Amino acid sequence: MSLDLFFQYLFAGITYGAIYAIVAIGFNIIYNATGIINFAQGEFVMLGGMISISLLQFMPLAAAMALAVAITMGIGATIEMLFIRWLDRPSVLRMIIITIGISILLRESALHIWGESIRSLPYFYGNEVTTFSLGNVHISPQVLWVLAACAVMVGGLNVFFKGTPIGREMRACAANRTAALLCGINTRNMVTLSFMLSAGIGALAGCVMSPITYTQYDSGTSLAIKGFTVAILGGLGNSMAAVAAGILLGVIEAFSVSVVPLAFQDAISITILLLILFVRPHGLFGSSAAARLKDF
Amino acid sequence: MQQRKILALAALCLLVVGLHLAAVLTGSLFYLTQLTMAAYYGLVIIGLGTLMGYAGQISLGHAGFFAIGGYLAASLTTRNLAIFQDSWPVRWLEGLGMLKSAQNLAGEPLLTMVPWAACGCAVAAAALIALLIGIPVLKLQGHYLAMATLGFGTIIYRILLASPYFGEADGISEVPGFTLLPALGQLGPVMVSGDPGLRVANYYLAWGVLILGMGLLLNLIGSRVGRALRSLHSSPEAAEAAGVDTSRFKLQVFVLSAVYAALAGVLLTHFNGGIGPSEASVMKSVRYVALVAVGGMAHLWGTLLMGVTLTFLSLRGVFGTFDDAVFGTILILVMLFAPEGILSLRLKQVWNAIFSGARS
Repeated sequence: MSLDLFFQYLFAGITYGAIYAIVAIGFNIIYNATGIINFAQGEFVMLGGMISISLLQFMPLAAAMALAVAITMGIGATIEMLFIRWLDRPSVLRMIIITIGISILLRESALHIWGESIRSLPYFYGNEVTTFSLGNVHISPQVLWVLAACAVMVGGLNVFFKGTPIGREMRACAANRTAALLCGINTRNMVTLSFMLSAGIGALAGCVMSPITYTQYDSGTSLAIKGFTVAILGGLGNSMAAVAAGILLGVIEAFSVSVVPLAFQDAISITILLLILFVRPHGLFGSSAAARLKDF
Repeated sequence: MQQRKILALAALCLLVVGLHLAAVLTGSLFYLTQLTMAAYYGLVIIGLGTLMGYAGQISLGHAGFFAIGGYLAASLTTRNLAIFQDSWPVRWLEGLGMLKSAQNLAGEPLLTMVPWAACGCAVAAAALIALLIGIPVLKLQGHYLAMATLGFGTIIYRILLASPYFGEADGISEVPGFTLLPALGQLGPVMVSGDPGLRVANYYLAWGVLILGMGLLLNLIGSRVGRALRSLHSSPEAAEAAGVDTSRFKLQVFVLSAVYAALAGVLLTHFNGGIGPSEASVMKSVRYVALVAVGGMAHLWGTLLMGVTLTFLSLRGVFGTFDDAVFGTILILVMLFAPEGILSLRLKQVWNAIFSGARS
């Protein structure tokens, strides 16, 4: 493999990795607030892409994306209030099945609203063939948008969780729900907020990735599996580690194309997921002692 | 207990005969085809129900085991081995009488495995894979277990979709019938196939298999193993303290449910005359879980009745293009309002659930 090809693969890997990382962060936010893995996380990404594509007919790109993110956040909050808020200490099995049901409903609604066609947003800058060159490596400007979105999101979340009162309340809720309740924090609202936040992040990811990966009604499922792999790989609940793990998985996947057929690409990331689950279920960067205390 | 069990199985037999008579009287014998298919799916569902309800382990990969069974049976009975005729494994199989030679339409030699042998291979392969996967997977819990089994199902789906041997997106068609018993005197051969002339025989065959499978599971649940399983479901720690080897029991039930799924896959593939990759899709696995949940986790009869009924309605196309959406809705509603299954529903409790939900 020539050096140029190596860098080309590397950049492709980093781009996809950033997308996986964003999905994984969405998983982590809800997991931290509730202890639930939201199996419908991939559908938020799909919804963000689909809604912004539909809105684009009526308004400029930036407004369409902002509105799509807002609408998806509304959907996330509605879902939480309808299906999760009023359950009294549901078992993990029950929550898994409910969120799977939600993902099916969102996917089927998307199928009936938008049909089976594959859509995409236009490139934010230039078009499909616009590239700029770093040496002999050609990079699409959209890649930079994806990376920038990922960086802004991670930075913004950090500021939000560490710097703002609401962010601190959410962290308190994640650390110990009962104690947070005793301190006068409305934990139920925090859970709703975590769903909104995670839906918004997913939707934004869906917008920036749409020109590269396209959007279809069922594109959420495989993204959810990848995002979950990344969340586990980094250690469930740890958003910073998720970025590192996401880029790692993206790069592994990109280079795997040169070894095995493309059709097996999904199988590779899932094999990695299984291996990680069997060998280090607390993730590459997590501690096993802390993982044992968590309730799966 | 024993008598009630036999009584219930006898009632199911009567129901099967009754459905046949009703179909004959109303002149709608074609319903039997979907009832036959529903019975085979029922076999998957009661196997999964035992795993989820009694061993307390979720599996989102059971369509994978169904597909392993179906695809292996289909490929072994249709793929031509004639070009390998002189290699030792083929000769060895031929010596055991597991191969059948014939000629295809062009008159070329066609060497395939007989359905009995293929069925054995397929079920054994599913059991082996379940064993190998089950040892590490069943150490996981909750979300991790769900994702790991989902991942397993997806890998199977991807492999089927990417392998020319398994027909890629087209699947495998023209699978021959499965002759269970050769023709005896006046009676024709007992055969699993979609031939309209054999519709009634196949209907009874499928339900016979299902009732037999149900009887075996009911016996298992009532036995020492069953009690161990139930203790495992309510409190793994207490079960272990009482000397129950929990991981071994979980693994055994996992393999058993995989065998049920694979057997259903084999028989349904012979009945339909083919199999496609959609049988291995994640949505199918989710649907099996939904059907178990609707019937009630630790309620095998509820699982059987609801599973077969809903599968039958779905196969008849009652839900139209909303098929998956209907299953998603059922899944959510059942889990929200009746986590113990529809048959356990007390209307007063539902009222309370809605009422308290509105208040908070």
